[in-house]
Amino acid sequence: MDITLFGQYVINGLMLGVMYALVAVGFTLFFGVLDVIKFSHGDLLTVGAFTAFATYLALKAMHVASPWLQLVAISLAAMTAMGVLGAAIAKYLVLPLRTAPALNTLLLTLMLGTVLREAVRLIFPDGSNPKPFPRLLPTDAYTWGAFTLRLDSLILLMAGLAMIVLVHLIINRTKLGLAIRAVAQDGETARTMGVDFTAIVLVTFAIGSAVAAFAGVMNGLYYNEINFGMGLLLGVFGFSAAVVGGLGNIYGAILGGFLFAGLQTIGAVALPFASAYKDVFALAVLIAVMAWRPTGLIAEKTSERV
Amino acid sequence: MMRRGTVAVLATVLLTAASFAVAAKDKVKVGFIGPLTGGTAANGIGGRNSAELAVKLRNADAKAKYEYDLTVLDDECKPNVAVQVATKLGTDRGIVASVSHYCSVAAIAAVETYHRLGLPVVVWGAVLPDITYRNKYAEVHRVNGTMINQNEEAAKLMTSLGFKRWVSIHDTTDYGKGHNQYFSEFLKAGGGEIVGTFGVTADQQDFTAELTQAKALNPQVIYFGGLTPIGIRLRSQMDKLGLNAVFQGTSGIKSDAFIEGLGPLAEGSLSFAEGAPLEKLPGGQSFKAEYDKAGYKEPPEAYGAFAFAAMKLVLDRIEEAGPDRNKVRDALNKTANYDSIVGPVTFDDHGQNTVPIISKYVAQDGKWVIWEDSEYASGKRKLAK
Repeated sequence: MDITLFGQYVINGLMLGVMYALVAVGFTLFFGVLDVIKFSHGDLLTVGAFTAFATYLALKAMHVASPWLQLVAISLAAMTAMGVLGAAIAKYLVLPLRTAPALNTLLLTLMLGTVLREAVRLIFPDGSNPKPFPRLLPTDAYTWGAFTLRLDSLILLMAGLAMIVLVHLIINRTKLGLAIRAVAQDGETARTMGVDFTAIVLVTFAIGSAVAAFAGVMNGLYYNEINFGMGLLLGVFGFSAAVVGGLGNIYGAILGGFLFAGLQTIGAVALPFASAYKDVFALAVLIAVMAWRPTGLIAEKTSERV
Repeated sequence: MMRRGTVAVLATVLLTAASFAVAAKDKVKVGFIGPLTGGTAANGIGGRNSAELAVKLRNADAKAKYEYDLTVLDDECKPNVAVQVATKLGTDRGIVASVSHYCSVAAIAAVETYHRLGLPVVVWGAVLPDITYRNKYAEVHRVNGTMINQNEEAAKLMTSLGFKRWVSIHDTTDYGKGHNQYFSEFLKAGGGEIVGTFGVTADQQDFTAELTQAKALNPQVIYFGGLTPIGIRLRSQMDKLGLNAVFQGTSGIKSDAFIEGLGPLAEGSLSFAEGAPLEKLPGGQSFKAEYDKAGYKEPPEAYGAFAFAAMKLVLDRIEEAGPDRNKVRDALNKTANYDSIVGPVTFDDHGQNTVPIISKYVAQDGKWVIWEDSEYASGKRKLAK
């Protein structure tokens, strides 16, 4: 294969990988602190992207023309709003169900996802149709043979990677991160050590949801198109990535995200049959990996639990 | 004894008279099915409004024999849901006929149900040929043309413009596969070449892998067999990867949503559709006037006029034959040279309209412009490559 063509596939795959990883990180954070699977996560991404879009429209109406200012404003608005929404979901829907079977939380969030999705469709004007997300980043393109890299794609890739590093730093280098890890390892003991359990859970949900909103904005800026169903498949892929990487482990989620994106790209490019089977291929490999390592590639540290 | 009998007769007479006074006309129920939720909901809602308009106008007409009651159901553009809602209409014996389906996947799944339950239907938007041609069901009719007519015209125009190399991307539903098949056949006959074919799933978001491969094949035209949401994604991701080719779609992208979703990027995209723009249709002006007067929020979209024509045809047949499924079915089958707002309708022995108008469109300055009227046809602008 032509090296420039190969380079194009790698960039495409990396971009997808970053987005899957950002979604997967949320799943894994929630599972870490509460042992719950929150299926509305993908739809939170959608709501985040639409919040950003609505903010953009509002800014435009107020004649704020600077693209950088718009960019910062829509990202902050989406992330703040989704952070609050995520925490609210945790407080009013997930935490009250703590003593109920885990299946209930799963079902509840699955239904919540549908509610969010349909709400976007019905409440947003003409929400059934795809919306053109603004191009706020410079679109200068560099071409080498079959390889075309646009500056906006490069910036988004860097921003996505930076966000992953930031989450990593928060979890591993801050006191808040220490508390999150303590709750994840053993909620009861963390409580006796003076960690405010509820507050930490809410903050974790807020972080995970804000990261999803970030992924939503990224998705919009990359594809220049958002629609009410965009989060559904991203949620499924992100969840698969989190599971195969090892639910509860943040590195597992990142690894899973890139692995899944890589498999999809290979499925579309290298297999002799039609590219329509790329998801089938990618998911089949994940199933095989899970059969081989049921707890995921990098399992959550659970050995201390009795 | 005599007295009681007289009272009974008197009561009957009075009651009958009273019921006549309350409802002068018998109520007749008709159905409408389309995608009211999901990715193609805009088209479904436009069709729903148009069909509803036909019913409203008929009910306002003093000469109509019956008062019509419209039952609207949502097939979500999904085969399984389509069968459910078709069964719901079919088993309701009060429903005399239905105007059903915009999505081919939904229509093809449901034809069996209509046949089994004996409910006459007129398809208003789905273009898969198999819907009328796979079986010979007396219950199934269609006012719009099929993708066969559409792709024949498309291949003719594109080869006449001198294009030689295509990459075909289609969704893997019956709809997308059908488009790909018919277009390939007509293109080959016309001397064009398809250098690569990619099937994609109907809810796919990322096409960079397929488009990167397509780009390496260096096509002049990307043919796309599928619906608007994917069309938008494909076109904008082509730009992202620097793939400069003409984007040629089908009736599936002939919607306002395609142009709104893409903005300036839509410029120079092509689409082909049955019928003609509202203002060019025989009864388009009056339909548009009535539609606007009714105050619908959503536009009728590309197939609204067909939904209206289909519903009007159904109502006309009920007026003639009476509210009986079998009689309406037979009356529909005899339709020849019926004057509708989408032009004359003549059903062949498969219930397919044999005289559909096909129009060619190009996106120019944020609007779908009839090819012949466009600056691309006059040579003032050039399609990419």
